Amino acid sequence: MKRACTVVLAASALVLAACSSDLPTEPGAAQSQAQGESSAQSQFFDKAEYDRQLALRDATPTGPEDRPWEQALEPEMVDTSQYKKDGPYQVCFSNASVDNPWRQVGFKTMQAEADLHDDIAQFTVLDAEAKDDKQISDMASLVSQGCDALIVSPNTTATLTPAVEAACDSGIPVVVFDRGVNTECPVTFIHPIGGYAFGASAAEFLSDEVGEGGKVLGLRVLPGVDVLEHRWAAADRVFDERGVQVVGAEFTENDSATAKSIVSDYLQREGQIDGIWMDDGTAAVAVLEAFEDAGMEPPAISGEDQQQFLQKWKDEGLTALAPTYPTYQWRTPVIAALKILRGEEVPKEWILPQPVIDSSTLDNYLTAGMPPLHYGLCGCQEMPGYPQRWQ
Amino acid sequence: MSEATTTTSRRIKLADGTGPVLAVLAVLLIALAFVGPAYSEPSGYLALLKRAAPLMILAIGQYFVIVSGGFDLSVGSLVTAEVVIAARLLDGDEAATLWVIPLLLCTGALVGLVNGLITTRLLVPSFIVTLGMLLVLDGAVFLWTGGSPRGALTEAFRVVGREGFEVPLLGQLPWSVLVLAALVVAAVVFMRRGTGRMLVAIGDNETSVRLGGGKVERLRTLAFVLSGVSAAIAAILLGGFAGVSAQVGDGLEFRVITAVVLGGVVLGGGRGSVVAAMAGALTLEALFSLLNLLGVAGGLESAVQGVIIIAAVAYAAAGRISFRTRRST
Repeated sequence: MKRACTVVLAASALVLAACSSDLPTEPGAAQSQAQGESSAQSQFFDKAEYDRQLALRDATPTGPEDRPWEQALEPEMVDTSQYKKDGPYQVCFSNASVDNPWRQVGFKTMQAEADLHDDIAQFTVLDAEAKDDKQISDMASLVSQGCDALIVSPNTTATLTPAVEAACDSGIPVVVFDRGVNTECPVTFIHPIGGYAFGASAAEFLSDEVGEGGKVLGLRVLPGVDVLEHRWAAADRVFDERGVQVVGAEFTENDSATAKSIVSDYLQREGQIDGIWMDDGTAAVAVLEAFEDAGMEPPAISGEDQQQFLQKWKDEGLTALAPTYPTYQWRTPVIAALKILRGEEVPKEWILPQPVIDSSTLDNYLTAGMPPLHYGLCGCQEMPGYPQRWQ
Repeated sequence: MSEATTTTSRRIKLADGTGPVLAVLAVLLIALAFVGPAYSEPSGYLALLKRAAPLMILAIGQYFVIVSGGFDLSVGSLVTAEVVIAARLLDGDEAATLWVIPLLLCTGALVGLVNGLITTRLLVPSFIVTLGMLLVLDGAVFLWTGGSPRGALTEAFRVVGREGFEVPLLGQLPWSVLVLAALVVAAVVFMRRGTGRMLVAIGDNETSVRLGGGKVERLRTLAFVLSGVSAAIAAILLGGFAGVSAQVGDGLEFRVITAVVLGGVVLGGGRGSVVAAMAGALTLEALFSLLNLLGVAGGLESAVQGVIIIAAVAYAAAGRISFRTRRST
């Protein structure tokens, strides 16, 4: 979609003809939150939420220890007895899109979770293909199809809020996860701790590694998406406090070639870079290759739980850390929907733990034979059909 | 290499717009030497050429299409498709490299052939055909991979795009620069022969070529096939450079058209040299490197591309207007 738009824009420039085109919707991963005190560092910085997330990293979750997708941090339980009904159930899911590997792995995991439960007679999924208007009509259509519960992963926050409210008004329980909406009406909102915790964990690790005055390059995906902005806002703050020199913060648009070129340029400009901080780990391997190709030792690096990065980490004994935005969170909405339909309590805001992979836990998440873009924290290792279903 | 480019283009007659782009390129290369310490040695420029090689090769293919009066918007998605196909077929098996590379070249040629046949036989404007092809390839890649490429490129496959060999004095000479050099020579020779000249003539005045007995349809189809093959070669270099990615070709079609236009090749066809088109691609990469070294934010890249396209087309249009005025008086 974005490419089509680019081409239409390019085309219009080429023929010097006027053309009006909607701007592509950024996959906003927004959570509803009040504007807190703003920091000079970033308009996306909210001190109260930052402090809350950093504290949540050390909180002890409730729930089964070996099943983090069923755990919750500081849950406030809500009564769901009004939704109690007998099975089997039709559970419906309105998905924003499956347009990146993270969502791919998550969605496969979610389907596997639905298969695990005999009382789900039908798991109906509509994919909005990253279009707000399609998701609005998808949700209306699902509500009218007699779903017993509706799971929503909203494409954008503001535009989909009224649609979620409409679904709530129809009387069926609504479960929102991943990205949020500006309404309290869903029975539960499921998400990991958040972007501040992600960014701060990586930045603290790198600060320890490079020391005061060390040079760190920040590589970001794209501007304006709030969980991504939160990651950088937290990191920027940590680096500032610890006296780490940030030599630059560049956008890679998730393209390995762009990332590699940027890093090569910075290596020329700075001579040496001690640490690489990454927004998400997609381009981590290409970044490390830029150091290799320049004949330099790999830097301390923070990536993500993507297979190709974990593999390289293991093979080359990197100094690395992988904060995660776990894909196992896709299991939770299915579990939540069933709990609600059985009349069991669920947390109003279901905050999942967000593990950080370090060298000591690397082996738990690295599995030979998985595709390069697989995510290790899928929570799918014990599921039937693993690993073939995720390959 | 920049020197070589200059001398090659001096031997062939300097076409419209070749002079300005070479001047801009020279200024940028000198500026780079002041800004980046690495550019005080040949290896810095070789690294720049290595990075620019895929775009320069794409520019050769795009030049053939544009100079004969068409557009090829499908190259970016073709590059992505080729890299994704390569990763899936290779799947880490070194032995497979030998047959996958020819297969990729054939796929590129086939896509170009389809573009060319639909444009010339069904008379659909190339702009629309290739825009459609872009969407088809994009969609096909997405359907096939589900947004997450599978498999892995082999070390052998990546050698050409990533590695090089040591040369005394110069430092590491990347393989991609050798591939580029070979293609430059081939392209220049091709353009100096009858077929090449005929391509330019088609862009300038299709009817007169037709009346003169030229095979217009066949030649224009050939231009698209060459563009498809150049996309396949660029994909092999890009995949080698940075590894598997489903975003590798994003925006390349836009960037390569900017490069060709920057090289003074006139949109609509009929004017411009292939060397200048490649110089345009190198200029664009050098410009982005310079902006990056100066610490200018990445967002400026698109703006710069936009300004270049508008300015270059306006410059060409202004040239045409004064030409007409002179003739009428």
